[in-house]
Amino acid sequence: MAELTIAQALNAGLALALEEWDEALVMGEDVGRTGGVFRITDGLQDRFGADRVIDTPVAESGIVGVGFGMAVVGMRPILEMQFMGFSYPAFDQVVNHVARIRHRSRHRFTAPLVIRIPYGGGIGAAEHHSESAEAIYAHTPGVKVVVPSRPHDAKGLLLAAVEDPDPVIFLEPIRLYRSVKEDVGEGPVRVAIGSAAVEQQGSDVTLISYGAMMRECREAASAMTAEGVSVELVDLRSLVPLDVETIVRSVEKTGRAVVVTESPRTGGFASEIVTVIQEQALYSLQAPIRRVTGWDTVFPLKRGESLYLPSTERVLRALRATLED
Amino acid sequence: MRQILTPSGGLVGEAPVDIEMTVRLYRAMVFARAYDRKSMSLQRQGRLATYAPFEGQEAAQVGAAAALEPDDWLVATYRDAAAMWMQGYPLELLFAGRTGHEAGGRPPDHVNVMPPSITVGGHMLHAVGLSWAEKLRGSSRIAMTMFGDGATSEGDFHEAMNFAGVFGVGVVFVCQNNGWAISLPRSQQTASETIAEKAIAYGMPGVQVDGNDVFAVHEAATEAADRARSGGGPTLIEAVTYRMGPHTTADDPGRYRDPEDAEDWERRDPLERVRVYLSERDRWSAEWQAEVESRTFDEVERAITLAESLYDPDPSHIFGAVFESSTPTLDAQRRELESLLEDDD
Repeated sequence: MAELTIAQALNAGLALALEEWDEALVMGEDVGRTGGVFRITDGLQDRFGADRVIDTPVAESGIVGVGFGMAVVGMRPILEMQFMGFSYPAFDQVVNHVARIRHRSRHRFTAPLVIRIPYGGGIGAAEHHSESAEAIYAHTPGVKVVVPSRPHDAKGLLLAAVEDPDPVIFLEPIRLYRSVKEDVGEGPVRVAIGSAAVEQQGSDVTLISYGAMMRECREAASAMTAEGVSVELVDLRSLVPLDVETIVRSVEKTGRAVVVTESPRTGGFASEIVTVIQEQALYSLQAPIRRVTGWDTVFPLKRGESLYLPSTERVLRALRATLED
Repeated sequence: MRQILTPSGGLVGEAPVDIEMTVRLYRAMVFARAYDRKSMSLQRQGRLATYAPFEGQEAAQVGAAAALEPDDWLVATYRDAAAMWMQGYPLELLFAGRTGHEAGGRPPDHVNVMPPSITVGGHMLHAVGLSWAEKLRGSSRIAMTMFGDGATSEGDFHEAMNFAGVFGVGVVFVCQNNGWAISLPRSQQTASETIAEKAIAYGMPGVQVDGNDVFAVHEAATEAADRARSGGGPTLIEAVTYRMGPHTTADDPGRYRDPEDAEDWERRDPLERVRVYLSERDRWSAEWQAEVESRTFDEVERAITLAESLYDPDPSHIFGAVFESSTPTLDAQRRELESLLEDDD
């Protein structure tokens, strides 16, 4: 049994993808010789060659635009952005080309590529290195958005993303890269895009999150369990397509919900989840839904990070307040 | 600046193509001009949405596209209908896009032409990826991309040229420098003396040609395509030309440029010089030209009628091509729209 971190699971998944599909290739800044800034592509260039693990000039729009052309011809480019704050120069390519070519060419041309984007704060990184802008991508019709929070899902979602006939924005929680190990399964496991995981069954309150914030949510859920509260913990794993059914079914059962995201609050993805619950499970609710999110501020530098990042304590407070309503 | 056929129809040096090919190029330019003028009038009648005319740029588009093999990639813009048509894009689909229907973005399966780029500059990168991937897959297809002088100010121009240079990708970059990016003259677009010289910075050959000289354009494009196909990497061609009309039908050039400029460029017309050249070799007559034009109008009329008869978009049209397979969320939204439409009936 292979016990791997998220970083190792992604590396194993990328190696499998390169083995399984001749069309797959990895492209990005520093992905070859150094194995990427987070070493996710470590060793792949040695194994698969510089034609399939390609170090590019420092040009994010170039990486995505060139990858788009490759995908149209039938390649399966797996593109790496070094940090979410560095993905913005490529945003035009994503929104105006990658996301809409299927529609604007009526299925003649498609761009089945994967854009891997490490996201989120908590490691004391420099400015622009801690963004959590998933809502911007989720708001873009034509791209799928997935966010694993565990090694098994990281590998399974990555392989599903490479296999997917449509472009996938693959968000990687930086601060969980090396924090937990688990058995990821041998060989090409798959996690279906668009399916949430009910990580813990419960009956008193539904706690919904994804990606990096799952750590705080797991801690809060076990603290509540110790207090005798039954928390149902849902890891969305995919934001687009969203597993509405799992969310609604859970809230219908528990009657209470807390939604946790790291991103700024206004227009954030938590708002979408809250709205879905309001539209489809309002009459099951026994208390207002609560959001625990980052603030509508610029993400602070290292010394101010703890002010911004939702803590386990904030999640606990929200859970308690919801249960008391 | 390379010139082979002077505005008065005289040769400087040798013609790069034989007389039959010259007739073919001329006929394509006559077709292109008739198509362009007819499109302007269709737009004025309200049958097309906004139209971006290319009168004056026929030689640049026809000469460059004629250098491609039939299955090469062409990644061009909203002003490049002549080049797209040359590379096999059906006329009715060019019109379909302009009547406001996405079916216009789907060329037949054997035609490797991307739907026209509407944003400026981003598509040049696609040509790099297309040509690179073809090489990785062992094919000899190459890509040509067309853009204007304005697009050379976009960051993606730099990134595309840089990627192509660094990785030696066989791409033919064709800049139609038509002097104006909407209202901004070329002199305010870049401080470079020429656009061709920008190639030096990316380690690739750059060549400036008289863009109204179909011989010069075709020769330069053929050299560039041969270079790309044989592993010699990319080339930047600057075809110096002039946009005789407005940027689009929504714009009035009288607000920003001197009408005398256009008169000056009329004397350098890309068609007239070939007409003289052919005429001097007894390969042109007014009757023949009238016949080509008349056939073009018939063909255009047939194409616009076909385009106008396309199915009306319904909910499945807009929801059916977001992804390969629909999602529960999209299904729910589609049902919502369908029930709204039923209520309206």
